[in-house]
Amino acid sequence: MGKVMTVEEVVGRLESGMTIGIGGWGSRRKPMALVRGLLRSPLRDLTIVSYGGPDVGMLCAAGKVRRVVAPFVTLDSIPLEPHFRRARQDGAVEFTEYDEGMFMFGLLAAAHRLPFLPTRAGLGSDVMRVNPHLRTVSSPYEDGEELVAVPALTLDAALVHLNRADRRGNAQYLGPDPYLDDLYVKAAAAAYVSCERLVDTADLLKEGPVHSLLVSRSMVTGVVEAPGGAGFTACEPDYGRDEEAQRRYAETPWEEYVRSEQS
Amino acid sequence: MSRADVCVVACAEAFRGDGEILAAGIGGAVTVLGARLARLTFEPDLLTSDGACLLTGDVPALGEAPEVVEGWLPFRDHLWLVLNGRRHVMLGASQIDRHGNTNISCIGDWSRPRAQLLGVRGAPGNTRCDPTSYWIPRHSPRVFVPEVDVVSGVGTDRGAYGLRRVVTDLAVLDLGGPGGTMRLVSAHPGVSVEEVVAATGFELEVPAAVPETRTPTAEELRLLDEVLDPRGLRHREVPEPRAGEAGRARGGGSAGEGGPAREGGPAREGGSPG
Repeated sequence: MGKVMTVEEVVGRLESGMTIGIGGWGSRRKPMALVRGLLRSPLRDLTIVSYGGPDVGMLCAAGKVRRVVAPFVTLDSIPLEPHFRRARQDGAVEFTEYDEGMFMFGLLAAAHRLPFLPTRAGLGSDVMRVNPHLRTVSSPYEDGEELVAVPALTLDAALVHLNRADRRGNAQYLGPDPYLDDLYVKAAAAAYVSCERLVDTADLLKEGPVHSLLVSRSMVTGVVEAPGGAGFTACEPDYGRDEEAQRRYAETPWEEYVRSEQS
Repeated sequence: MSRADVCVVACAEAFRGDGEILAAGIGGAVTVLGARLARLTFEPDLLTSDGACLLTGDVPALGEAPEVVEGWLPFRDHLWLVLNGRRHVMLGASQIDRHGNTNISCIGDWSRPRAQLLGVRGAPGNTRCDPTSYWIPRHSPRVFVPEVDVVSGVGTDRGAYGLRRVVTDLAVLDLGGPGGTMRLVSAHPGVSVEEVVAATGFELEVPAAVPETRTPTAEELRLLDEVLDPRGLRHREVPEPRAGEAGRARGGGSAGEGGPAREGGPAREGGSPG
């Protein structure tokens, strides 16, 4: 029935070495309250699967990450993510670098419990060179076209942040773009949803149309009410990106930033 | 008329003849303006977006919200449209070689880069599945290199769907040279062929006669000044060259980062798939 948890309870269900998908896109609707919970935890050696933003940067800076799976890592208004950048240049993290469309097909394959999905995206590029695990398949039909077989991005856990949810895990986005959050949830063995505000199930459709009900409770393990829980990233229409806070994050040395956040 | 105006019109020309497809200018302000200017003038059936998930019914100024919305294209549908192909994308690049292979991923050895940039983003799929053009705001040997460090966008020798044109602050180029190599199409007013060749770090196909890039019409200038970019953001991306400025071959940006990643190119605010 009720699945309401605290951030600490969600983090307590995760283990070192897990593959964790993080929703949102760049510096938009990232589940930062849950990410900050990961930062405070003893977890390590995580594989982070993300259209990357400050979630990836912070977890790299805190030494939580063994591998990043991403097509990019950016803060949007600040193009280059400073901590991911440093981690890559120091050789501190492994990197699976996919094309944006390949990445979505990896989530779709996992969501449909398929071993892979074929696509043209990636063919001819160095994505094939830097990911020697990737294989191609030939179409079994007359065209015989060779395609990339994107392996399923199956997740041990998914962390997403939506605008509203009920106590059973039905979750709703109210901004203009769902991003790929439903796919992360469907691709994961366990999905944890944080939200701006918990509401009664009967009130969900007072907030937005039926199409805004992005995530079904049947896919959700835990729900956290975390007002402001995407900050400093954007969470429209509840709030936009806090550019000043993001700039401070990007420009402050990591240890100093962590201290200032704790004070 | 400024150099930036010439560049915007040269980018707009990339979309000529495209018809009813999405003109996705995502390599900086000049590419956005190029797509919108083409739609407002000679290519009225084009679709353009707000840089995120709205297809705009009108054609707003840079940074302004549309008053009319004609469609919804969330990021997942951008990724679908890339595979569908009804999209002509104008991207940025930190490096580009003579076959039009481009790099926005990192500089140096991929396994331990000297400079991590954005990541490949959508460049592999875009270039394999869609017509693609490039906008390079600073034409220099740092960007036009013999070999890119990481092939993010594929070139003519790696199965590109169709590379239409490369617009820079100095010239217009295409891949119409021998074996799909880069060829000089026109030099912007005030730019010599020698200057373009010197700023290009590989052998460039140069026709016997190189025309001057088309200059904007009075109506195009009015649209840029009054409708699309009244704040003049294009001039920040393309500063007016100083008289006698040359020798780009010896100058040019910080090591390996002369490209748009530093200037907000491929990771433009709006951050929609590209």
